[in-house]
Amino acid sequence: MSANNKKYLIFLGCAVPYRVSAYEISARKVLAKLGIELVEMPEFNCCGLPLDPVSHETMLILAARNLVLAEQKGLDIITLCPGCAGTLKKVNKILKEDKALREQINGHLKESGLEFKGTVTTKHILQVLKEDVGVDNIKKAVVRPLTMLKVAEHNGCHILRPKEYIGFDDPEDPQTLKTLIEATGATCLDYVDETECCGAPSVGVSDKIALQLARDKLSHVKQVDAQALITICPFCHIMYDTNELRIEKMFNEVYGIPVLHYPQLLGLALGMTPEELAFGELRVNTSNILKQVSEGAKQNEQ
Amino acid sequence: MTENAAPALKDDTREPVRASEIDPKFKYQLIKMHGSEKLLKCFQCGTCTSDCPVARYSDSYRPRTILRMASLGLKDRVLKSETLWLCAACFTCTDRCPQDVEVASVIRVLRNLAAEEGIFPQVFKDQCTSVLESGYAYKIPDLRIKKRDSLGLPPLPKGNPDSIKKSLKGVSFISKMTNKGETKDERKQ
Repeated sequence: MSANNKKYLIFLGCAVPYRVSAYEISARKVLAKLGIELVEMPEFNCCGLPLDPVSHETMLILAARNLVLAEQKGLDIITLCPGCAGTLKKVNKILKEDKALREQINGHLKESGLEFKGTVTTKHILQVLKEDVGVDNIKKAVVRPLTMLKVAEHNGCHILRPKEYIGFDDPEDPQTLKTLIEATGATCLDYVDETECCGAPSVGVSDKIALQLARDKLSHVKQVDAQALITICPFCHIMYDTNELRIEKMFNEVYGIPVLHYPQLLGLALGMTPEELAFGELRVNTSNILKQVSEGAKQNEQ
Repeated sequence: MTENAAPALKDDTREPVRASEIDPKFKYQLIKMHGSEKLLKCFQCGTCTSDCPVARYSDSYRPRTILRMASLGLKDRVLKSETLWLCAACFTCTDRCPQDVEVASVIRVLRNLAAEEGIFPQVFKDQCTSVLESGYAYKIPDLRIKKRDSLGLPPLPKGNPDSIKKSLKGVSFISKMTNKGETKDERKQ
């Protein structure tokens, strides 16, 4: 499929605008450069996932509302948050397949004049980059290969699981993010327990367990001397970047691992500046890798 | 933030079982609910627990135990157990269960039932209130919204609280929560 003229409604969800604007800024710039047009949707609400633990029905209704709003616009949805993508995908599938449940949810939606029909699809940005833009087109668009960087990836859970509903990559051995990282020229390192949870959903219930899980990941990434950890989820990013200093203090360890949103890494390879890609919004110091990138680029020119 | 799961709701997963506390019909209620249909296929192999990232660091959270308590009919005990709320919903257990039990969804069903009885951590009440008021699960600070403009980002979607309230007015959890105002959760700091 051509990289051109694909248009999506952008679904921001709660966490991206709440705490991780660098992800949104870099994603918008990278997608525009690669020919993906984003359409704003003024009335989207929370995807529903945060309330699933207390009320599945509420989650279904909130997710269905978003799907209906997209149906009315006649456009598919792109999300930056895997939790939002997973929820909208799952609810779309369930409501299409389960007539009784669809009627029940439509009964609720009727109160606000809406009806679910099941005519749109949802993709996470990773899926859009892979399927709509294509790895080859990304490689062609790279003007500053990041061959000087060795990084590690963290997919997170909801981009992969549960497989039955997400059906995108192999949850036990995911390859998409690795392939997309390598398309920038950077090396993507393997490490222990790559697919382990970041712990974010336990924050607020047991912060201690959540931070233990994040610490495991940071120490595994450090073991292979990765220069940065690349994420594609706002919650995972908060766990590793926003909380890195807190984890270091709690366990009396030093990691100093910069955590980049994938579009920030890609943006560097596409020739954008760290300022354009909102590197200043990141908590962990990124000056070392940015220095290497600019020095590497100079060497390539010579 | 502190360790939020204070021991007001104690870990009852290890107490001896008394026949008097068994509700033999509970499992039949569960297998009719969306997500826990396959509960009775669980043969207690323990794949869920051994693959669970939370179980590694929790002294009490064991998905296998929770499923066994549920199928045995220890309704009150499982719904009041604080360990129920430790699941991180990573879905590793669901994907790896050799019996295709959607383990994480069974736990979600149990949480929903506990929440119907007013037993759930404060964090969910805050998020629910926020969704009803703003459409978002988190209250996005005004400063953030103003900052978007200076960062060159388009305005945030406004949600539509009136329409959301209409869509949710028939949901029993929402009406219970908004009518009562307070939950039975005693874990508030």
